[in-house]
Amino acid sequence: MAKLIVYYAHPGHKHSHANKAMVAEARTVDGISFVDLYAEYPRFEIDIDREQQRLLDHDVILFQFPMFWYSTPSLIKEWQDLVLEHGFAYGAGGNKLAGKYLMLAVTAAGQEDAYTANGYQKHPIRTFLTPLEQTARLCHMHFLAPYVLYGSLRATREGLVEPHASGYRMLLEAIRDDRFDLQSAERGEVLCCDDLPILEEA
Amino acid sequence: MGEILLLAFLFLIAGVIAVPIASRLGLGSVLGYLIAGIAISPLLKQLHVDVVSIQHFAEFGVVMMLFLVGLELEPRLLWNMRNRLLGLGGLQVVVTTAIIMAAAIALGQPWSVAMAVGMVLALSSTAIVLQTLNEKGLMKSDGGQASFSVLLFQDIAVIPMLAFIPLLALPELADMVNSEAGDGHAAGMSFVAHLTAWQQVAVTIAAIAAVVVGGSYLTRPIFRFIAMAKLRELFTAVALMMVIGIALLMTLVGLSPALGTFLAGVVLANSEYRHELESDIEPFKGLLLGLFFITVGAAINFTLLTANFGQIIALTLGLILIKSLVLLLLAYVFKVASSDRWLFTLGLAQAGEFGFVLLTFTVASSVIPTALADKLLLVVTLSMLLTPALFILYDKVIVPRYAGAQARKADEIDEDGSIIIAGVGRFGGVINRILLAAGYKTVVLDHNSEHLERLRAFDIKVFFGDATRPDLLHAAGIDNARMLIIAIDDGEQATQLVRYVVKHHPHIYIVARAVDRHHVYELWAAGCRDIIREHFDSSVRAARSALEALGHHPFDAERQTRGYVENDKSAMRELADLYDPDVPVHENSAYVERTKAILASHEGAMQGSTKGFASRVERGWVPPSLDDEAAAIAENAANDD
Repeated sequence: MAKLIVYYAHPGHKHSHANKAMVAEARTVDGISFVDLYAEYPRFEIDIDREQQRLLDHDVILFQFPMFWYSTPSLIKEWQDLVLEHGFAYGAGGNKLAGKYLMLAVTAAGQEDAYTANGYQKHPIRTFLTPLEQTARLCHMHFLAPYVLYGSLRATREGLVEPHASGYRMLLEAIRDDRFDLQSAERGEVLCCDDLPILEEA
Repeated sequence: MGEILLLAFLFLIAGVIAVPIASRLGLGSVLGYLIAGIAISPLLKQLHVDVVSIQHFAEFGVVMMLFLVGLELEPRLLWNMRNRLLGLGGLQVVVTTAIIMAAAIALGQPWSVAMAVGMVLALSSTAIVLQTLNEKGLMKSDGGQASFSVLLFQDIAVIPMLAFIPLLALPELADMVNSEAGDGHAAGMSFVAHLTAWQQVAVTIAAIAAVVVGGSYLTRPIFRFIAMAKLRELFTAVALMMVIGIALLMTLVGLSPALGTFLAGVVLANSEYRHELESDIEPFKGLLLGLFFITVGAAINFTLLTANFGQIIALTLGLILIKSLVLLLLAYVFKVASSDRWLFTLGLAQAGEFGFVLLTFTVASSVIPTALADKLLLVVTLSMLLTPALFILYDKVIVPRYAGAQARKADEIDEDGSIIIAGVGRFGGVINRILLAAGYKTVVLDHNSEHLERLRAFDIKVFFGDATRPDLLHAAGIDNARMLIIAIDDGEQATQLVRYVVKHHPHIYIVARAVDRHHVYELWAAGCRDIIREHFDSSVRAARSALEALGHHPFDAERQTRGYVENDKSAMRELADLYDPDVPVHENSAYVERTKAILASHEGAMQGSTKGFASRVERGWVPPSLDDEAAAIAENAANDD
């Protein structure tokens, strides 16, 4: 049993469709920790000790958020700035997170083809996530391929939210039950709901 | 009765006319009083007024002044001064006495007379020097501190001098001794005269212990008892009672009253009643010192002066020269800084009021012949009269030469500026704790003795006093303060306080606690620009709690309430400008119209017909519509082509 924590961050939760559906699924998964960061820290007063303890208590850290301006919502940045301290997460003596896994579950408004060299975003989505990837590296963590929903604004109309949300549920349960192929996920580029590396047996 | 009134009126009118003129001309108040005294001296002679006995009475001003100086001086600071007090003060007295004695012997006086003259003239004028230093704000400077050390030592030195002088008695004068019993210092009503030396020492130590212990442990219960009556004048009565009582006790045991009250002041320097005592005693001290300076001016014997003009002027200038040289030498030895060295040298170059005391005593003890004493009296007086001129010399000639050093000093005072918190109930208490934790120096005033009791249990330092009284604000250091935080309950008083401080101390930043919305407008009109409503933040937080409990996402609840706060603030800001404290709200048509418009907009927002403050809340993180998104993609594509 891997210990999994999901950090969810969305300042406009009530306007959301895809993330709201994903959260509804995640909240029903037993045996994992789920944190709504904007609910816990509406005034951005992050409790550093408590967050560091949470990180120590879990093996897989998963951030779920909508992409805002090629980055995370601002509270996640605040969380990183405060919690990933020198001497704890990186730098001299900073090896407390070594060997743990970092994973992202992001939603993006742009279509999949926008995130190509010829699309209007010019780069694949992994390029925009490199700051987080390198953050994991600096903290001696494994960085897994992100679980991505493209075209999130029209996903409801196109019937894509429901399979993405239930895929999310399977993903979380597989990680919890050690049925998620971490090695293959670490090698992968981007994960979608129809090609999750889930094993039959742990 | 009529005579007393006439005399009081005469002294007062002389001071009221002369002092402002002297201050305007930059001569300082001391010279103003001295001139006033000279001006009324013919009138006093006509009325057969005993100027010298009035002078003895007025010397009590010196006692009060030393009490006030003591209040400013915490025991720790006094201890830090010990080297200068003994070294600088001791050497000044001994060396000056020796040189003046030598000069007097050279002028043909017997050694015993010369020695007495040396002691009389070695002392400087505490009254003039401290008054002038305070007036110029130089008390805290290096020169001011050095001057104070010397003056304090001199005051202590008077006691052994009084004991020593009778041993110098001249046999031929002893026959002429009349029964006149010295003065206050010489202790006409001594309690210890018939005791043995050891008993005297024991009584002296007991008296000092009584002052220290009484000051430490009795002041608090007495003031608490007095506070119950809630009468302002009772505090003044208690303050006067304390000073007079200590002076009396010291006189009884043969110690200097000035020294005793100084000691009491030091003991009370850490007390929460310090500023109250200060503002109560201050006016009495000022009036008595003024009276003292007037009598010095009035006591000049012009007949004697004109008869021996050249001799007395020469002696006076010689005295000032000798004293200056000794002081300058000591200033170098004790490393008094730059221009302060000259402040120290020129400031203490006169003889002083203790000289009068000793002269009277030496005559009574048959040490100095009366004729010589009269001349010396003139020398002492003239040297005091010249002191303001020496201070002017310092201001106009010395200071400009050290202009750079002066600029640095101004910075230091700026840094020293403290924060005054008026009222330390639940509201002011939190402010004080946060500011102290951030490392700021606060002066906290409260006139509720229950608050004081409660806070002392937590070792929080509070001064007793009504912050709305200008004299108390002054004593609490408003002149050097950088900020005033008004946290008192009474809204009307808070507004008055803002009005007063904005008018008289416009450089001070004011944070004021408002009782309600209208009080905010009152404070704004009074000139305060940082106003905090006392219940506003807590009610906003309660509303937020309610929203969270009703199932709103905490971040939405936060933004909802934040939007309300911003909206309310801008509405208040608009209305504050329309508010006129002199016009009742319902008659102020501009105010009424604007209020209606704002209320309508709020109601609209609640019913969903206008955006109102909701627009502040809903603007962020709303995704674009699908059409908007399609248009944006099309635009991007077009740009690519």
